[in-house]
Amino acid sequence: MAVRAGKQTFIFENGVYYLSGASIVGKKEGQGPLGMGFDTVLEDDLWEEDSYEKAERKMFAQALSKAAEKAKLEQNNIDLIIGGDLLNQIISASFAARDFNAPFFGIYGACSNMAQSLLLGSCLINAGYCTNILCATSSHFSSAERQYRYPLEFGNQRTPTAQWTVTGAGAAVLSCVKSGVHITSATVGKIIDMGIKDGNNMGAAMAPAAADTLAAYFSDTGSKPEDFDLIVTGDLGLLGKDIAIELLEKKGYDVRPRMNDCGCMIFDQSQDVHMGGSGCGCSASVLNSHLFNSLTAGIYKKILFAATGAMLSPTSSLQGESIPSICHAICIEGAKI
Amino acid sequence: MKAQPQKAQQYNAYVQAKMPKTRSLRNCLRAFWVGGLICCIGQGIRELLLYVFPLTEKAAGAYTSVILVFLGTTLTGIGIYDRIGRYAGAGSIVPITGFANSVASPAIEFKKEGFVLGVGAKMFIIAGPVLLYGTCASSLVGLVYFIATRWF
Amino acid sequence: MIWMFIKVFIVGGLICVIGQILMDKTNITPARVLVGFVTLGAILTGLGIYEPLVKFAGSGATVPLLGFGYTLAKGAIEAVERDGFLGVFTGGLTATSAGIAAAILFGFLNAVVFSSKTKN
Repeated sequence: MAVRAGKQTFIFENGVYYLSGASIVGKKEGQGPLGMGFDTVLEDDLWEEDSYEKAERKMFAQALSKAAEKAKLEQNNIDLIIGGDLLNQIISASFAARDFNAPFFGIYGACSNMAQSLLLGSCLINAGYCTNILCATSSHFSSAERQYRYPLEFGNQRTPTAQWTVTGAGAAVLSCVKSGVHITSATVGKIIDMGIKDGNNMGAAMAPAAADTLAAYFSDTGSKPEDFDLIVTGDLGLLGKDIAIELLEKKGYDVRPRMNDCGCMIFDQSQDVHMGGSGCGCSASVLNSHLFNSLTAGIYKKILFAATGAMLSPTSSLQGESIPSICHAICIEGAKI
Repeated sequence: MKAQPQKAQQYNAYVQAKMPKTRSLRNCLRAFWVGGLICCIGQGIRELLLYVFPLTEKAAGAYTSVILVFLGTTLTGIGIYDRIGRYAGAGSIVPITGFANSVASPAIEFKKEGFVLGVGAKMFIIAGPVLLYGTCASSLVGLVYFIATRWF
Repeated sequence: MIWMFIKVFIVGGLICVIGQILMDKTNITPARVLVGFVTLGAILTGLGIYEPLVKFAGSGATVPLLGFGYTLAKGAIEAVERDGFLGVFTGGLTATSAGIAAAILFGFLNAVVFSSKTKN
């Protein structure tokens, strides 16, 4: 039965199980604090391809295959793939899906892609349309830079609030078949725009969306921050995380003791990434390695995964627009020990 | 939901106060010595050319530009100029070597899209405005000079 | 001679520092700073203000992009003196043709020989 709590939250009463997660990252990410936990770390971000775009879609396809393999899912038995990425016309997702003989939905939520795909996948599993769904997303530093910012060899200086687009892909298998880790509920975010125009300060642009969605989750479900072992955002970075915590405090929710951010977790400060990691691949790779493994092992019993996305384009910025953002929150629970 | 202008202003002010400050002094010192050094290299090349070859001042100046542009593009190609830029900021962007870097870097980058529509079309995405407004400004100066000298 | 190099170093460095301050303290992007410098250089030359600085500091004034504007404007002025009205069109680009052609040629050669590398 489909149950909605409040205006924005869906409860998945029929059981949505998170069977497996796969992650593949670039060299810099492999050198970060979570390096050991990723399935594959590339030596070279071009991965023997002609272009960074081709390398990114290879990573995307590899993540899909690995996640299916871990869930013992035959490639011919995949009911649906839901995926997206940062590139124009989401070519990484669509072209990777060419390699699979499965129905495909392409989505775009910028860096909230992982949460959005899990949310939509959970709805379809809960409603009984599919028995298994592969949810995946990716990002690549070099392909994102050449599309959104400057050519790689250009000698520009990054500002203190800038973040580093993660080269990474992550994929998850959702299923109606019982397993330990499962998704119980999720909140669909609204587009929130607090007027930040600086494309080098995405954290500040996205933090209000994170605060809005998390507050909506707590209010819709009647839960509190203390109910969770961890509340983790996708790529707010150091500044954005701080702002989100303060915005939530103003709304009456104290998340400080249990709040973290994938962008802050994936790199450490010695890697010269300023505010931390960003990109779809950031939250996707951290979720499908470190967080999923922690849930399986019982280290975390209940987490709230809230990936945020900045919905700007190079054109909108040049036309003087501010940066609207969105955040989707997923409640993921671990094995009951 | 789009915030009302007043709320947006408040939020912007809040963010400004929280943002880590640029280490401006450090950046300026770095820009100073790297920029100064590149200019000295230019001066050195010019003096050397005038010493060795029988060139006019103007020709020496032109050859100096060519050599500096060559250095800028080569350092871009071997992958060093972006590191210099990260360190020196304006110290590497403002000298003519920065102009060279702004032409060479898209040329290399968009090779993947082919030589005509990639390299050719995108070579001036960063430097184009400099050429446009530089040419316009010089034409304006020429025009004003023409009017001033002919009609007065 | 050493004295000349000191002047070059200081003036060139200071011009870059002005650029750095604009980039750090305002939200003017690097591209706009460059456009501003070129235009300013041309205008200052037209007003007769930049020439003395070039005589004083040599490459310290000509190597930065202000100097590019100086070369453009000076070229336009000299072409107008020589060729009249046509100089308005021919002067600037002719004077800077060496640098521009070099950028095009060497930029192209770079694309042929090199490829972009992953940043770390």
